[in-house]
Amino acid sequence: MDKQKDALQIKGLRDGLLIALGPGEWKDLQSALLQQIEARQPFFRGARVALDVGSQTLRVNELSALRDRLSEQGITLWAVVSESATTEKTAQLLGLATRISKPRPQEAQTHTPKTTDTEAALFIGRTLRSGMRIEFPGHVFVFGDVNPGAEIVAEGNVFVWGRVRGMIHAGSKGNTQAVIGALDLSPIQLRIADQVSAMLRPQQNPRPELASLSEEGKLQAVPWQPT
Amino acid sequence: MSAKIITITSGKGGVGKTTAVANIAVALASDGKKVCCIDGDIGLRNLDVVMGLENRIVYDLVDVIEGRCRLRQAMIRDKRLPELYLIPAAQTRDKSAVSPSDMVRLCDELRPEVDWVLIDSPAGIERGFRNAIAAADEVLVITNPEVSAVRDADRVVGLLEAEGKGAPSLVINRLNPSMVRNHDMLSAEDVLDLLAIPLIGIVPEDESVIVGTNRGTPIALDGKSKAGQAFRNIALRLQGQQVPFLDLDAHDGLWARLQRLTGRK
Repeated sequence: MDKQKDALQIKGLRDGLLIALGPGEWKDLQSALLQQIEARQPFFRGARVALDVGSQTLRVNELSALRDRLSEQGITLWAVVSESATTEKTAQLLGLATRISKPRPQEAQTHTPKTTDTEAALFIGRTLRSGMRIEFPGHVFVFGDVNPGAEIVAEGNVFVWGRVRGMIHAGSKGNTQAVIGALDLSPIQLRIADQVSAMLRPQQNPRPELASLSEEGKLQAVPWQPT
Repeated sequence: MSAKIITITSGKGGVGKTTAVANIAVALASDGKKVCCIDGDIGLRNLDVVMGLENRIVYDLVDVIEGRCRLRQAMIRDKRLPELYLIPAAQTRDKSAVSPSDMVRLCDELRPEVDWVLIDSPAGIERGFRNAIAAADEVLVITNPEVSAVRDADRVVGLLEAEGKGAPSLVINRLNPSMVRNHDMLSAEDVLDLLAIPLIGIVPEDESVIVGTNRGTPIALDGKSKAGQAFRNIALRLQGQQVPFLDLDAHDGLWARLQRLTGRK
């Protein structure tokens, strides 16, 4: 029983609870968590909970099952914080937040020193629909559309083999060399580094375009030309 | 019998979920099927009003789930169609009275009793929405040809995909062909282009829908109404029949193009 208590730490946040899971098998951690909640029902009832799952790799069915179990106890799961990119993607697909207002102390360390991380790319082989938000400390490639209401925030470049009608932010940590390329670039808004541009013109005959910052630092989109 | 469970949802409110449930249910029941509707909008029930069964409610969904009555007792039989039933929502409770697993248990109990279960989802994407889709075999997403409604429908489609419910089918409600012709309204093609899910019906704007709703007589019972015909066609398509889309006298060639689009799925 003591071991189980070590497996999870509960902290109060300004707007709810943060439950940090220790290392271990997901099945054990989940049952330890549910046991704790059952044992202290009045404390947990109606709570907003953010879950720190550490480096656990979680799939959609695992996370949605847990969310449903929690909701049966009257607990709202609103965020899942993780070091695993897969888990973050899972949480984002389920519409859960992946950042809580107070960043984790380790977070700054995990991203900045890894310069090689900016060479990593996240491949998304599906259409991003309204409400989905992808954040990634590298490049993002989407094979599908980015619909209105969807957002991509990448520290590197963003390429979309499809239509862009949502919001894309490339070079989110200030990289002015970042570019955004798409087969049809008709976004609600584009951002590169700290430049923001609303590009509302709908394309009559869509063609591939590449958006980048000009020498004056203005956001511009240029049609792709075969060279 | 093993019922097929269909949930109708939209994200945005006021696009016609309840009207669609009532009309598709009436159409299926008119085809001789045994149908049970469940109002999933606990706290804001109105499917009973649209179906004209309000004055006959004794027990509701929450009573069944909390064991105050048997399932059978909460099923109100329709006065026009003997094989049509409604399980109404509780008016004095809220969404937290029911959990997704309660809905799955209830629907499993209902499955051997009827051919079709239609669940009316509340607006939004929170608890009530998750209750409504928990037991669904198939989901219909309904939208209006409006940018905001389509945006919300897109969000719902994304959530359904994430839940592993597969691609839902699309109902476009309240399409006004002459407004589409004048480019004042999104066309069915525009909506399909964005949502990229199979189309199962287009219901034209029709004043008689409002009249029917107020009277508690779903217009699918009315042989003449075009909207009623559109709902009957959706019911036929749910049963696996190939029914051509209604000619709403819109763009030249639009329907041909639409059929091509839907034929492609």
